Amino acid sequence: MDAILWSRIQFAMTAAYHWLFVPLTLGLALVMAVMETLYLVKKDEFWKKTAQFWMKLFAVNFAVGIATGLILEFEFGTNWSNYSWFVGDMFGAPLAIEGILAFFMEATFFAVMFFGWNKVSPKFHLASTWLTGIGATISAYWILVANGWMQNPVGTTFNPDTVRSEMASAAAFWEVVTNPVAVSKFFHSVTSGWVTGGMFVVGVSAWYLLKGRQKIFAVKSMIIGGIVGLVGSAAVMLSGDSSGIHAAEFQPMKLAAAEGLEDGGRGAAFTIVPGVKIPKMLSILATHDANGYVPGINDILKGYTDNNGNVVPSVAEKMERGRKALDALEVYRMVSGQDDELAAQARAVLDDNVQYMGYGHLSRPEDVVPPVGIVFWAFRLMIGIGMLVALVLLLSLFFSWKDKLEGKKWLLWAAIICIPLVYIGGQCGWIVAEVGRQPWTIQGLLPVNVAISSLSAGAVKTTFFVFLAVFAMFLVIEIRIMLGAIKKGPDTVEPVKE
Amino acid sequence: MSYEFLQNYWWCLISLLGGLLVFLMFVQGANIHLGNRALSDLQKRMILNSTGRKWELTFTTLVTFGGAFFASFPLFYSTSFGGAYWVWVLLLITFVFQAVSYEFQNKKGNLLGVKGFRVALQVNGILAPFLVGTAVGTFFTGSDFKVDKVAIADPSAPVISSWGNGWHGLDALAHYHAVVLGCTLVFLTAILGALYVLNNIDDSDIQAQMRRAIKLSIIPFLICFLGWTAMLLTRPGFAVNAQGTIVLENGKYLHNLLAMPAVLVMFLAGVVLVLLSLWKGAFTKSRSGIWFGGLGTVLVVMAVFFLAGFNNTAYYPSYSDLQSSLTIRNSSSSYFTLQVMSWVSLLIPFVVAYIAYAWHKMDSKKITAEEIADTEHKY
Repeated sequence: MDAILWSRIQFAMTAAYHWLFVPLTLGLALVMAVMETLYLVKKDEFWKKTAQFWMKLFAVNFAVGIATGLILEFEFGTNWSNYSWFVGDMFGAPLAIEGILAFFMEATFFAVMFFGWNKVSPKFHLASTWLTGIGATISAYWILVANGWMQNPVGTTFNPDTVRSEMASAAAFWEVVTNPVAVSKFFHSVTSGWVTGGMFVVGVSAWYLLKGRQKIFAVKSMIIGGIVGLVGSAAVMLSGDSSGIHAAEFQPMKLAAAEGLEDGGRGAAFTIVPGVKIPKMLSILATHDANGYVPGINDILKGYTDNNGNVVPSVAEKMERGRKALDALEVYRMVSGQDDELAAQARAVLDDNVQYMGYGHLSRPEDVVPPVGIVFWAFRLMIGIGMLVALVLLLSLFFSWKDKLEGKKWLLWAAIICIPLVYIGGQCGWIVAEVGRQPWTIQGLLPVNVAISSLSAGAVKTTFFVFLAVFAMFLVIEIRIMLGAIKKGPDTVEPVKE
Repeated sequence: MSYEFLQNYWWCLISLLGGLLVFLMFVQGANIHLGNRALSDLQKRMILNSTGRKWELTFTTLVTFGGAFFASFPLFYSTSFGGAYWVWVLLLITFVFQAVSYEFQNKKGNLLGVKGFRVALQVNGILAPFLVGTAVGTFFTGSDFKVDKVAIADPSAPVISSWGNGWHGLDALAHYHAVVLGCTLVFLTAILGALYVLNNIDDSDIQAQMRRAIKLSIIPFLICFLGWTAMLLTRPGFAVNAQGTIVLENGKYLHNLLAMPAVLVMFLAGVVLVLLSLWKGAFTKSRSGIWFGGLGTVLVVMAVFFLAGFNNTAYYPSYSDLQSSLTIRNSSSSYFTLQVMSWVSLLIPFVVAYIAYAWHKMDSKKITAEEIADTEHKY
């Protein structure tokens, strides 16, 4: 395997590992903040102890999330050096803003939340708990602005003098920040974190109930976790719908791969599993029109006319024009400052073809097809798990609210099993988003083979295995510590009778 | 606002973040003292909890330093991180261990035991300032790389920045001038760490040990720092001439210092403040040395960054291909990106204010042995 593949594997592993910790941070932060608010409103020590228990688990999880985030940020430079230059002008800003606006907030108030119980006033402490979660959420926004831009690169122009994509104007930054893909990704990711946090709390609480321990704590936690998780589930479905529309509009190949759609057309059917289809459903999901046109993989390769009547050229044609752009760029760079006329000619050819320049780096049209099998099945697993988790959350909330969980061992077990499932669902979501974008790092602009650093495969392979060993060890330790803390359980205080 | 103004402004911000990062590495420096055998386990745990309430700030500053460098001077990010691969990867690994070491150290089931994670903190305590210092040292010695932007048009070898040798950054260890800066930072952060602990923990034993550690560090720190400064002011530097060509100029950094009196004043004021903090920490009963040392560190580091980047100087030079050297002008982001980020940067005082407020609230009660023995909320 070459350095490109090892770099991809390393980045995928770091990102996937990071996403084991982030959703729990996002979800548990909300759960804890609600609990601590109840403590202040009801002046009931029970809620303080309850919030503190979940905070303990939050802290173990938080540290590993931060650590892996650091590696991700620097890997853009270490392993994707060309990427860093080519799109650093667009991509770097959200990262810097994330640091300034979000990370300091998270870091500062996490320390107050964790150590400040006896050092600051209860109200300041509560504010710190909320601000820790808000900081994490703001952080999610900015990194998803960056990721959203990779899926739908708006507000940029190519500058041949600097050989990179640049911010087209100050107003273009607004386009980047309000990129519809970023906005729906933000809601989809953050609320999927609520589902994870909610499911985690419900599942752990179910374990206490199965063991006959901490009944009041468990039922009350389950209600809060259930509400957070269910609100999250509803929001995930809504934002998932707009994600589908955006994929159809900006990344039709990703949608075709996620559907395994070889040949598209009007009134396209949605495949539940191979052989089981719902007629016209894909057109409805992708275009909100039962007869909307959805291109398949072959249509995209050959070229097609989209729903707005625009003719989309074949990939072969895009590649040809992309090569023209690259050749013109070389000429322009060679003669610029020496022969104005020739430079102007080259510039004109470049400008005519620049929108397809990324395609000039591909060696054959089929390169634009992502690994269909992986994306197809990850998509189905994500949706299947999402629906199952929503159902379990709904039932758990209903029966804990009515205090009728007695004798429902099946539900308690289902809640426990859903904890690993919700993580698998989240990972599948990112597989759809990121593997589905292949071969592009930036959709249509920069394929992975041009985005890398000048490193040997051996060097990247070495760091991959080092990171793998370190991450695996940390994961084992984290799970052991969490299980230990859960077994030990919270300090029990009876709630004040209402 | 002109493009040049924005580029200079962002170099100032990068310098400020660099200065704050080195100051906040008192966390690393204090963790070096976890190896002090005269301290009991409880006392070591007090130090652990003292730095444990600040490490995220240092870590966040590192992340923001990286993010801001990426956003404002992406060619540096691309060239240095992708080229000096092993240095950065090593730095990342020590920081990753550091990040989990607090939370994991005293928990059952942590596999490596208390000692394993304590060693991880000490290793990070030494390696982080050493590697950061050595990397910044190459701002003056130069590195072995080549930048060819048009390479991106060539599908067979599209990478624009390539390192000239297979050591990928470890070659910096062969430049003694850069290595001396790494050593300077190790001693400086060890001193800042001791000053911080002195201020943050109410325990006469620990305080005595910290004062002793400062005394022991003064001589090696001064040798390294003065030696590095002397070499800096006498070595040839990488100058950008009127035609925009990069040339070697004898005594360039001394010329820069003399050409920019404000930087000279900053540098000298910083040095005086650091010396004052050494004196306060080692020879008086004062506990406020950290503030003088901290401010002094920020000023000196900023002055060093200014010497590297301003007055027509290449801040990340390539000695193997002079014209590939990075300057503030040729490596920055576009006008609009810098402009937008500059607006966002106006929020920085607000961020600093809430950090200072929270820090003040948390530290108004100093850490005591009783607190660490009794509280549940600790590392």
